[in-house]
Amino acid sequence: MNSRLNSFRSGPDERGHFGMFGGRFVAETLMPLILDLEKAYADAKNDPAFQREMAGYRKDYIGRPSPLYFAQRLTEHLGGAKVYLKREELNHTGSHKVNNVLGQILVARRMGKKRIIAETGAGQHGVATATLCARFGLDCVVYMGAVDVARQEPNVIRMEMLGAKVVPVQSGTRTLKDAMNEALRDWVTNVHDTFYCIGTVAGPHPYPMMVRDFQSVIGDETRQQMQEAEGRLPDSLIACIGGGSNAMGLFHPFLDDSSVEIFGVEAAGHGLDKLHAASLTGGRPGVLHGNRTYLLMNDDGQIQDAHSISAGLDYPGIGPEHSWLHETGRVKYLSATDEEALSAFQLLSRLEGIIPALESAHAIARVMDLAPQRPKNHLMVVNLSGRGDKDVPQVGDILKGRKKT
Amino acid sequence: MTTRIDTRFAELQTQGRSAFVTYVMGGDPDMATSLDLIKALPKAGADIIELGMAFTDPMADGPAIQAAGLRALKAGMTLKKTLDLVRAFRKDDNATPIVLMGYYNPIYIYGVDRFLADAKTAGVDGLIIVDLPPEEDSELCIPAMKAGLNFIRLATPTTDDKRLPAVLANTSGFVYYVSITGITGSAAADSSAVGTAVARIKRHTPLPVCVGFGIRTPEAAQAIAERANGAVVGTALVDVLAKSLDAEGKATAKTVGAVVDLVASLAGGVRSARQAAE
Ligand SMILES: Cc1ncc(COP(=O)(O)O)c(C=O)c1O
Repeated sequence: MNSRLNSFRSGPDERGHFGMFGGRFVAETLMPLILDLEKAYADAKNDPAFQREMAGYRKDYIGRPSPLYFAQRLTEHLGGAKVYLKREELNHTGSHKVNNVLGQILVARRMGKKRIIAETGAGQHGVATATLCARFGLDCVVYMGAVDVARQEPNVIRMEMLGAKVVPVQSGTRTLKDAMNEALRDWVTNVHDTFYCIGTVAGPHPYPMMVRDFQSVIGDETRQQMQEAEGRLPDSLIACIGGGSNAMGLFHPFLDDSSVEIFGVEAAGHGLDKLHAASLTGGRPGVLHGNRTYLLMNDDGQIQDAHSISAGLDYPGIGPEHSWLHETGRVKYLSATDEEALSAFQLLSRLEGIIPALESAHAIARVMDLAPQRPKNHLMVVNLSGRGDKDVPQVGDILKGRKKT
Repeated sequence: MTTRIDTRFAELQTQGRSAFVTYVMGGDPDMATSLDLIKALPKAGADIIELGMAFTDPMADGPAIQAAGLRALKAGMTLKKTLDLVRAFRKDDNATPIVLMGYYNPIYIYGVDRFLADAKTAGVDGLIIVDLPPEEDSELCIPAMKAGLNFIRLATPTTDDKRLPAVLANTSGFVYYVSITGITGSAAADSSAVGTAVARIKRHTPLPVCVGFGIRTPEAAQAIAERANGAVVGTALVDVLAKSLDAEGKATAKTVGAVVDLVASLAGGVRSARQAAE
């Protein structure tokens, strides 16, 4: 199948499938709305007024384009490839999540929806949603696992300050997966007036496609910025993967450039033989949250607990397009442990004066061993998906704890 | 092909009454208690048994049924054991229809063809799979029909007249009308709205229409039974079961009896209903 594909960028098909992955596995109550959304998004996409409106907010509200920054000291330290950082952490609200939220909120407005719900792990998607709801005067309810409420407290305070209601989710493992279950339950109940703003390239069709499209601004800009900086395409791209939206945004515009090596980095938690969140490396295809994709589960099809130090990667699934890119071999999926992410977090802070989100630190961790293996003229782009302010208390506690013992 | 479900609705029609459909979670709180309970349901007045297939992430269920699934899983329940439960039930009862209700992933992992064959031999009559809308019929619905099992679809208040034909196209056995937009355990819809909705569905299909979500009392069951071909009760039974457990969530001497008593009183409500409009 692989060799006969003439493009990696043509998916999904009209039923929302990327190969065998994707689809629309939702309760009947939601199905009419999902079909409406598909139509509304197709209309918006083809409407120049919508594109102009989005471009305006991207520039003046989010602060795009985000810079492509040559990380000179990191490059010298690693002694191999030239490492560039795509600075998504400089966006308003501090991560790439706002790119997608802006798009979805503009679609929700076109659909006349007044109430927005979202799930969040690290809180970055929740903060971005709360922010745009404040900007457009919409009601906002954010579901967040109780475990994540505790470990990402700064973002909880931000969301509340922005006027959103944060609902701590006590069911299941009390992390991102359960927040998504609760958001779906809210949606089934309030389907008449509520728009579900999903935070990653997962969920029922058209979400994986729509979120990818909104995030592709990352890769589109990178292409142009690298052309300006070096006069050519990058040689490799690296991004961390929770559900996979920052990665898909960077990767998608380059999928058909066969000279570009592409790496996704999943969270290996305590290690791949222990508790982790690496669905492609350690899972298999199944059906959850509206789509077929790789999932962590047991032999009975029961979803297993994921673990990552980073709340934004602590999810037992991955977007369906990544599952497909994994099976076709176009993208290589690696992983990084909690410990490796912690080291990368400190290294980037000290060398470049940039405190990365723990999520993004997983990508940096793999740059630390991939870059030294590449020649000095190799151009490597890593997506710095978010800033680490939200993680400072958590990482500070961990490091303090170690000094004592 | 005629399933036990078709036969049961034909019998009820000659008796001139609606069906009482009871939902319990398979393996809640453990295999042995669950088997005792489902064996006791028909005598207490259940006409059809819906047996929940435990799943970690039941996205359309409220807290009561979420907790029931987790109790069952904690006690070691699996999809294979759910089929064992049906097989054990069938040793003494070859008439009461059994419908398995749950989510797709455990079936997908079990293997669709193997599951359908095993379910049929175990004595399952129908399936209700919450996360398989008509758009995904090729996954399980069509193969289930070919294997001789009814695939019972949920219709909801958001299923408008334009969409109903697609929802009903591959439905057999009966149609399950979910009377509210919401998760299991939510408040009930008022019965006159239910009557209108059932009439609307009946304009599109000759199949019996059963109504569930939010029915807790004999009076509510009676009101629904007067307007539909069946009333489904789930959360109320699961709640009573949960209350009968000890502090560790284990079954007590009261567990089966507590559920059976409620089933009997709800069945009384259904049986006192004037015949549903045909
Ligand atoms: C900064 C940051 N990066 C990455 C992620 C992971 O999400 P995704 O894989 O969709 O980019 C999150 C999620 O919360 C995040 O906050």
